[in-house]
Amino acid sequence: MESIIGVLNYGAFFAITAGIYAILCLGLNIQWGYTGLFNIGIAGFYAVGAYTSALLCGPPPGPLDWRTVGGLGLPFPVGVLGAILMCGIVALFIGFISLRLKEDYLAIATIGIAEVIRLILKNESWLTNSVWGLKHIPPPLHSPIQRGISGFLSANPDASVAVKALISKSYNWFYLGLVLGIVAILYWVSERSIRSPWGRVLRAIREDETVVSAAGKNVFRFKMQSFVLGSMIMGMAGSLYAHYAMFIDANSFEPLYGTFLVWVMLIAGGSGNSKGAILGAFIIWGIWAGTDFMSGYLALSAIRVASLRIITIAILLELVLLLRPSGLLGEEKFVSKMMGKSKRGG
Amino acid sequence: MVIYGLISGSIITLGAVGLSLTYGILNFANFAHGDIMTLGAFLALICLTLMQALRIPATTFGALSFGLPMVLALMMAMVLTGGVAILIDRILYRRLRKSGRIVLLIASVGVAFGLRNVIQFIWGPLPQYYSAEIQLARKIPLLGIRIKPDQIFIIGLAAFLVGMLHLFLQKTKTGKAMRAASDNIELARVSGINIDRVILYTWIIGAALAAAAGILGGLENKFITPNSGWEMLLPIFAAVILGGIGSPYGAIAGGMIIGLSEEISTAFISTAYKPAVPFVIMVAVLLIKPRGLFGGK
Repeated sequence: MESIIGVLNYGAFFAITAGIYAILCLGLNIQWGYTGLFNIGIAGFYAVGAYTSALLCGPPPGPLDWRTVGGLGLPFPVGVLGAILMCGIVALFIGFISLRLKEDYLAIATIGIAEVIRLILKNESWLTNSVWGLKHIPPPLHSPIQRGISGFLSANPDASVAVKALISKSYNWFYLGLVLGIVAILYWVSERSIRSPWGRVLRAIREDETVVSAAGKNVFRFKMQSFVLGSMIMGMAGSLYAHYAMFIDANSFEPLYGTFLVWVMLIAGGSGNSKGAILGAFIIWGIWAGTDFMSGYLALSAIRVASLRIITIAILLELVLLLRPSGLLGEEKFVSKMMGKSKRGG
Repeated sequence: MVIYGLISGSIITLGAVGLSLTYGILNFANFAHGDIMTLGAFLALICLTLMQALRIPATTFGALSFGLPMVLALMMAMVLTGGVAILIDRILYRRLRKSGRIVLLIASVGVAFGLRNVIQFIWGPLPQYYSAEIQLARKIPLLGIRIKPDQIFIIGLAAFLVGMLHLFLQKTKTGKAMRAASDNIELARVSGINIDRVILYTWIIGAALAAAAGILGGLENKFITPNSGWEMLLPIFAAVILGGIGSPYGAIAGGMIIGLSEEISTAFISTAYKPAVPFVIMVAVLLIKPRGLFGGK
């Protein structure tokens, strides 16, 4: 029984992380899947979101801290909103310099901004505490839930060990609900938006920009909206991560690998399909976490195992591109109900 | 400072020229270019070890810190890296060519991570050394500047390779075909140019120059790590964009400008932000003259 509870509790931890990746994938799906915008600075936006939220909600700098600002102790929703806003501003800047140009320029510009963000996190210790990171980021509603847990445990001293083990991890289950709730809302929003006239313009831009601008649409403005919206969603994911991990530093954002994993997730799940984005996040995170388990059986150093895992994911990506370029769930050809009907009719 | 700028500029130039060629002719941004450089640097390390095993005399050339084995290793690694690039093209890129340039770009990101981690798997993340020797800078009597003999070699070899490339592009039939393909691949195809052959040469030359850049970077820094090439990618892209995509001559100017401004920037801002300089230049170019100084594609 205990082992089952152990698995369940691990499952919650697994699903929280996968859920946060799913949010990143949904953000990337709006940029890449819908509009064809190539962002390889995902980790940068993720980090901006996490740091913004941590600085807004965390405790003021302590005597051992390098940083001299931040720690306003504001409530969690303010942190999330701040993260969203901050990422929106960074995205506006990047979009402004590169969205008028060919798509590769955006790719290069996003990789550049991610690098600059990484340097700032590492070097501006007055703001980010440098390598010491930001500690004690408050998880939302943590104390009432902990009070509830200790209340339950003292009221039921004779409850079985298994129940106690499960109850004592209630906070994880609460956080899982929070993350999955946000995934569900974002899923609903992105499904609604792709079915709207706005979404149809985005898809048209992805297919042929010239035609869209000939039809009188301001391509740059639509691209900008899509890019900013996607980046804001990534910032939200960063905020959720910060409040769950409670500690972040410049190394929390294995910058490139994070970005790379999200890309593989979206492509494997199916670009342009929100269900695919979520499915891809869970499957690839499963493979990623699963290979971590297996590494225990390999007589290799931790660094070699890490390399091997990335090689596996890289090969997986190339195989998907070669053999199933539209991913597990391809894009739905007709997103408009009208289109579907007219096809059946004709 | 200017000397250091010239040295890092020569290395960036070698990388940028190769990237610009592949970018222009194959029409996609190859994000694995930096890791191809790393691959070249590590292949040279293998060749070097091999030559030690074969007991090729390692007497150093004059004032340089290395001898015949290093030069042989450099040449072998350039050829081998070209071979690997063709292999990757045959297995992967060729099959994806019809899927469009962005799919190729994504595939190259995968190749980048794959290559880097294969290297890290074999050698680990710690720095590897070509030689344990430490070389002191000497004063050149006429110019009154201090420079290490190795650094003269780096600038000289980079200039030589770029010069060879220039002759190749201007004088040989394949070189002319490559320039034509870079300008307009469809037009080149209908004029009877063998595009497959052009692509083959593009990969060989691009990868060989990348390998040279990786090795020279190793000589200058005295060590190589699996991340060496990746760290060079941003300055190289900045150089290519500055010079205009697809213009190898622009890439030379771009590489030199980026290298010099990186070094000169250290007089004004903290060295910690040196890697951000190429990005700032790139932002400025994109805002003011997005097609680059020499009007690329």
